[in-house]
Amino acid sequence: MNEYISAVHYADENVSSLEILREKLRAASPGLYPFFSIEFADGVLVVAPSNLHTAAAELKELGFQRFGMVTAVDRGDDFELVYRLQSDRFRVGMFLKTKVPRDEPVIETVTDLWPAADWQEREVYDLMGIEFRGHPDLRRILLPDDWEGHPLRKDYHDDSVIPRPDYI
Amino acid sequence: MRQVLFGALFGLLSGLAIAVAALFGVWWERKVSGRIQMRFGPTQAGPAGLLQTVADTVKLVLKEDVTPAAADRPIFKAAPLLVFAPVALSLLLIPFATGFAPLDSGVGMLLFLAVPSVAVLGVLLGGWSSANTFATIGGLRGAAQMVSYEVPRTLSLLSLVVVAGSLRPTVVMGAWHWWWLPLFAVGFVIYLISSIAEMNRGPFDLPEAESELVAGYFSDYTGIRWAIFMMSEYGAMLAASMFGAAMFLGGTNGLPGVLGALFLLLKAIVIATVIIWVRWTFPRFRQDQLMAFAWKVLTPLALVQLLVAGAVAIWL
Amino acid sequence: MAIEIESRTSLSDESGRGFDELVVNIGPSHPSTHGVCRVIAHLEGEVVVKAEPVIGYLHRGIEKMCENRTYMQIMPLTDRLDYVGSMYANWAYCRALERLADIEVPERAEYIRVIVCELQRIASHMMGVGASGADTGAATAFIYAFEVRERVIELFEELCGARLTYNYVRPGGVSVDLPEGWIERCRAVVQWAPDRLRELDDLFFGNFIAAGRMKGIGVLSAEDAIAWGASGPVARGSGVSFDLRKDDPYSVYPRLDFDIPVGENGDSFDRSRIRLMESIESCGIIEQALEQIEPGPVKASGIPRLIRPRSGDAYDHIESARGSLGVYLVSDGSPRPYRMKVRSPAFCNLQLLSKLAVGHTVSDLVVVLGSLDPVFGEVDR
Repeated sequence: MNEYISAVHYADENVSSLEILREKLRAASPGLYPFFSIEFADGVLVVAPSNLHTAAAELKELGFQRFGMVTAVDRGDDFELVYRLQSDRFRVGMFLKTKVPRDEPVIETVTDLWPAADWQEREVYDLMGIEFRGHPDLRRILLPDDWEGHPLRKDYHDDSVIPRPDYI
Repeated sequence: MRQVLFGALFGLLSGLAIAVAALFGVWWERKVSGRIQMRFGPTQAGPAGLLQTVADTVKLVLKEDVTPAAADRPIFKAAPLLVFAPVALSLLLIPFATGFAPLDSGVGMLLFLAVPSVAVLGVLLGGWSSANTFATIGGLRGAAQMVSYEVPRTLSLLSLVVVAGSLRPTVVMGAWHWWWLPLFAVGFVIYLISSIAEMNRGPFDLPEAESELVAGYFSDYTGIRWAIFMMSEYGAMLAASMFGAAMFLGGTNGLPGVLGALFLLLKAIVIATVIIWVRWTFPRFRQDQLMAFAWKVLTPLALVQLLVAGAVAIWL
Repeated sequence: MAIEIESRTSLSDESGRGFDELVVNIGPSHPSTHGVCRVIAHLEGEVVVKAEPVIGYLHRGIEKMCENRTYMQIMPLTDRLDYVGSMYANWAYCRALERLADIEVPERAEYIRVIVCELQRIASHMMGVGASGADTGAATAFIYAFEVRERVIELFEELCGARLTYNYVRPGGVSVDLPEGWIERCRAVVQWAPDRLRELDDLFFGNFIAAGRMKGIGVLSAEDAIAWGASGPVARGSGVSFDLRKDDPYSVYPRLDFDIPVGENGDSFDRSRIRLMESIESCGIIEQALEQIEPGPVKASGIPRLIRPRSGDAYDHIESARGSLGVYLVSDGSPRPYRMKVRSPAFCNLQLLSKLAVGHTVSDLVVVLGSLDPVFGEVDR
C-alpha cells in the first residue's frame, strides 16, 4: 500500500475548527476579527503591540485557556513576538503575533492571564532583550546573571562566535 | 591479672570477629542484592567475588585522611571508635555455644540492650564535630531514631526474660521450647525491625542517605574512618542476628560444642539475609514517619507482647 | 559536598518572636538522577518556605546554532535536546519541517514513527519511574525499571545503531527500514513488558512506605495545572485529561485504540504512577501498530539534499513523554532556518517546583522534582 500521509493530513479537521473559531470571533470580538487569517491550516491573529493584552484577554475569554509558548524573532528593524495558544473547546491552536520596535523593545506581560508565561517571558528577555512590563520577576534565566548582551539577536557578537563559512 | 588478660584477648577477638563479619557481610549483601536485582554481584575478585571486600578495604586504607579544617579534631577522630567499641562489647555477650558465652553475665540481657546505646553518642558527636550544619542535623536525627527504637527492642526482649525467668543469656537460650515460636512471633518481628532501625539501615537510613540530597552525619569521614563506621554497622548486624537467633529461634538447641555454634551461625545467616532482603525491597521512611512508626505502632505492640508473655509466665 | 549555607537571616512574625530562615543551596551536581538543577531552598526549621530552581547549566545555545545549519544538519542537534527521548524530539522537529516544506510522509514511515515513539515513551517513563524509586530509596525498583528500558534500547540499537541519540526519524520518513526479524523481536518485548510493569507497580507503588513518601506531596490542582501550562503526566496526574494523541491527533494515532490514564489527587504518587500506566498502554499501541503495518517505502522520494521550504513559519507539536513538545520554525526561503524555537514541556513543568515544594521538607522536595521528571537537555537547550 503506497498511501501517503501529508504532514497536514488532519489539516482538514483543523481548517474546519478554525472556520468555527472565525465565526465565534466575528460574533464575540468584532474588533479583532479583521486581523484574523487562516494561512497554511493555522490561525493567525496579528495585532498592534498596544492591543496585545486586550487581544490576549479576549482570546482567553473565548476559550484559549492553554498557553503554548511565547517567542521572539529578530526581524532587523523590529522584533516579532509570537504567542501560541491552545484551546480545548475548539480543539485547535493558533498564533497571536505582534511587532515591537528594535530601539524600544517593551511590551505588556501576559502572566496575569496565564501564569505559564512566567519563565517563557524570562527566556525571551534573557535571549532577545525584550522587556515585559508588569512581569513579577524579570531576570535572566538560562544565562548567568552577569552576562552582557542578548545572544539570539542577529547582531550579537562575542569572542566565542566563529563565523561559519558559506560552503553552499 | 588473668581476668585482665582474658578480657583483652576476648576484646581483640571480638574486634577481629567484627572485621570478618564485615568482610563476609558485605560480600553476602552484594551477592544477595545482586540476585534480587537480576544481576550477579561481585564475580571477579577471588572465587565468586569473595576477595572483593578485601580489595575494597585495601583501597580505603590507601585513601588520604582528610579532616575538615573547622572540625573539632579529637572528637572527630574519636566518634567512629565510639560507635565501634560498644558493638564489639555486645558481641561478647552472645551465647555462642550451649552454656557458654565469652562474657557470661548475670545481667547479660540488660547489658546487650544498654551497651549499644553508647553508639548513639558516636553518631551524635560524629555529626557535630564535622563543621557542617546539615551533618549535625543528620546526626541529631540519627540519634533520635536510635533512641526511639530502643524501646520496642527492650520490651520484646523483656518478654523473653519474663517467661524464661532469668537475665542470663545462656539460661534464656537453654529455656527455649518449641511453643516459644508462635508465642513470640510478634516480638521477634518487632525485635528485627527495631534492630534494623538501630543500625541506621534498610528502610530507616534517612540520616545517612540524607547525603543524597544534603549531607549525612558521616559525609565528612573518608577512608578508614568511614570503614570503621561501616564495620560497626555490619558488626551490629551480626550481633543482632546472632542474638535474635539465640533467643527467639532456639540458638544451639542443646547441641554440644562446635556443632551447636554452627547451627546458631546458620540461623543467624538466615536472619541476616532477611535483613538484607528488607533493605533492598522497601523505599526509605521519612523522618517523621519513622518516629511515628516506632512510637505509635511498635511500642504498643511490644507492650501487648509483654502482657501476653507475663500471662503465660504466671500460668506456667 | 553539594551544599553551601549561604545566609542566615533573622525574621520575626507579628508577635515579635524571631525565627531563623536558613538558605540552603542544593547544588547543581548531586547524586540524584535528574541532571544539573540547582535549587535554592529557604527553610524555616525543616519546612521549605520558598524553593527556586536555577537552570541554565546545560544551556548550549542550540536555537542559535540552528540558525547556522541547514535543516538536515539540525537533526543531530534535536537528539540532544531531550536526550532521554531522542526519537520524539526528532519527530517534533520533522513534523514542523514537513509542515513548512509541505513534505508528505509514506504510511509505513508513519507507522514506524509511532512504534518507535511509543517504545521511546516506555524507555523514558522507565527512567522517570526508576528515578522516583531511587529518590525514595527503593534501589531495586530502579533496576527493575531499567531492565525494561534496556530491552527497548537493545531494539533501538539493532534498528539504528545507537543507544541514546538515534537521529532516526528524518524529514519525509525515517532513515532506514526495519531490519529483518525486528518486528518479531519487538512483538516479543512488548508482550513480555506489561507483566513486568505490573510487577513493578506492585513492588513499588503498592508499598506502604512509598505511598507514605509520595501521597499528598506536591499536590497540584487541575486549575493550576492548566493555568501554569503543565502538560503530560504532570497535568494528567491532576485529573486534566489532555493528551495530544487524542485531543489534537496526528499521524496514525486515530487508527489505534488506547486509553489515557488520568490521576485523581495531583500528588507525586499519581504523577509517577501514571507514567507506569502509560507505559503499559504504549505496549498495547505498539502491538496494534505492528499488526497494521504494511510493506512500502519508508522515506518520501524527491526530497532534495538541501531543503528550501517556503518563506513563512510553522508550529507543530507532539505528545512526548514529558508533555506537549513543540517546534516553531521560521524560514526565509534559504536552506537554513531563520529561527528555530523548541517549546519544551520540561521547561514549562519545572516552573511548578517553586509552587509545589512549599510546605514540605527537603526530602519531599526531591520527591517532587522526581515526579516532575525534568530532563535538562530540554529545559536548558
